[in-house]
Amino acid sequence: MRKLIPILLLLSPTLLYAQSAEERGLEIAMEADRRDIGWGDQKSDTRMILRNQHGQTSERKMHNRSLEVDNDGDKSMIVFDHPKDVKGTAFLTFTHATRADDQWLYLPALKRIKRISSNNKSGPFMGSEFAYEDLSSQEVEKYTYKYIKDDKLDGRDVYVVERYPTDKNSGYKRQEVYMDKEMYQPHKVVFYDRKNALYKTLLFKDYHQYLDRYWRANKMLMTNHQSGKSTDLVWININFRNGFSDSDFTKNGLKRAR
Amino acid sequence: MRARLLALLLCMPGSLLATGEWSGHIAIEGQLFSHEPRFPAQKRNNLSLSASPEYFRNWDNENQGFVFHPFVRYDSSDEERSHVDIRELMYYLNRDDWEFRAGIGKVFWGVTESQHLVDIINQTDLVESLDGEEKLGQPMLNLSIVRDWGTSDIFILPGFRPRTFPGPEGRLRTEPYVDTDLEQYSSDDKDRHIDYALRYSHSIDDWDIGLSYFYGTNRNPRFIAGVGSNAEPVLIPIYDLLHQTGLDLQWVSGDWLWKLETVHQRIQQSSHNALTFGFEYTWVGVNDSAIDLGLISEYLYDSRGKLATTPFQRDIMLGARLVFNDTQSSEILAGVILDQDSSEQFYSVEASTRLTDNWKLNVEARIFSNINPGSSLYSLRDDDFIQLELRYYF
Repeated sequence: MRKLIPILLLLSPTLLYAQSAEERGLEIAMEADRRDIGWGDQKSDTRMILRNQHGQTSERKMHNRSLEVDNDGDKSMIVFDHPKDVKGTAFLTFTHATRADDQWLYLPALKRIKRISSNNKSGPFMGSEFAYEDLSSQEVEKYTYKYIKDDKLDGRDVYVVERYPTDKNSGYKRQEVYMDKEMYQPHKVVFYDRKNALYKTLLFKDYHQYLDRYWRANKMLMTNHQSGKSTDLVWININFRNGFSDSDFTKNGLKRAR
Repeated sequence: MRARLLALLLCMPGSLLATGEWSGHIAIEGQLFSHEPRFPAQKRNNLSLSASPEYFRNWDNENQGFVFHPFVRYDSSDEERSHVDIRELMYYLNRDDWEFRAGIGKVFWGVTESQHLVDIINQTDLVESLDGEEKLGQPMLNLSIVRDWGTSDIFILPGFRPRTFPGPEGRLRTEPYVDTDLEQYSSDDKDRHIDYALRYSHSIDDWDIGLSYFYGTNRNPRFIAGVGSNAEPVLIPIYDLLHQTGLDLQWVSGDWLWKLETVHQRIQQSSHNALTFGFEYTWVGVNDSAIDLGLISEYLYDSRGKLATTPFQRDIMLGARLVFNDTQSSEILAGVILDQDSSEQFYSVEASTRLTDNWKLNVEARIFSNINPGSSLYSLRDDDFIQLELRYYF
């Protein structure tokens, strides 16, 4: 028996070194996803501070609501409050895990709902450094993964995992995610553009736990290294279990959003 | 009408408007025309002020609400363009799977860009804009039933709003001008006819579909020659009763939006069809920049040909939309409508940018080119113009 072990090792290395880096990366992503199941619905207010390369700032205010959908991406609605000329303008998004998202835009002055081309992932959200794909719900199926190493970030133990968008319309070649080992939430994501050049860094700050289970960062700080611009996204008044249902996420609901 | 609106405004209890939230904008607008006017009453250029405040209040956990949105414009040249309207004065009640609204409001149906065939609830406020996008408030009762299989709407529309037209001093008018004091109706109920409309709409994956039916006073008048109060020749608008069945369909496929709107209209004993069909293609991030470029093309058809009450019977619209995705939300939409039966061309450019948090600049230009005698656009041949509007939002 003792003689057999080295032979087995030679024949079948994967049996003992059980996981590849890809499998380990996927496992971490799936665990993060599993821990965030069951939050139901959420509403919040957000402030977005846009900063250009000269340090001049402008501000956006919105309120958001989202609904967890079993076995698919979430439904969400974003309504603008500021600047005043876009007040009442609203986005309705049905995120999908494996196919293109459905998205509609409501223009209150015309009372018109416009369908948005579903390939608009990489475009800037309201002139900010956040792309639509950075803000839509993060489904496991949207990336393939590769575990890189264990590391420390600001005193916290993290996994460093690379992920590669499966959608060809993504603005990114790859992303480096620094995932907290305890919370299974990211502290930092480094984005590389389609040419694999360093593009943006997103920092997650001020995590709070809700319903004794779900972690949410109250601040997301995005810096664009190529343009020198940055955007701070601040979440205020996060509330869970508001009793939202599918009927709050319809085109009719979009028209009456305020 | 103006006196009635004013009376309504004065009757609004002040306390009702004290709690809740006011927003909206005021604006100053200048129109510069490229040619001298053809009629002595008209002026070369035009200055105008407008206000569009909106009051909003909700209660019952946001399930009931009230909106009041008046609009007023003062125009330096055209008495008809100086006008007051109630765009919205609406109470609404939302429940999980139905919604009820009563009052004055605005409803938009449809998907295409060049013209809006299916959209019929509201009358066009033509003195506001040539493109027909500005609408007068429509009195309505609306029940909306939302189910998994789609949304069904019932509208009862008591009272008709006749279209606004430029007066004799206004540019962008017909020759002779349209005398709105002489409006005629084919129904004995005149502008008191109670119209109704039904609509079914649904979104299934990549498809948006809408089916609608309308019976009531046609929003689009026909004209007969007449004589005005000063014995001058005028055009008299006649509003007939109309049955309209409409279909709007949209399919999204990657960067492409495919759009169709078609209506079957029956007016008295004759019936006809009209259609708009086309696409919008969006190039997201032109050459890896933040700019999006949209290319739009639509075919416009009316089976009545030359007898149609619209200028578009066999036309092609080509357009481009540039969205800069900058912090000022700058956008440009440029387009041309080409008549396939003649060489007529109607060019249009619209651009907007935010100057500060409260100020916004809108620029519009319209050019009429190769306009032939006998065309419905013939009277506009010298009315190429550029319009600058500065808006303050509060």
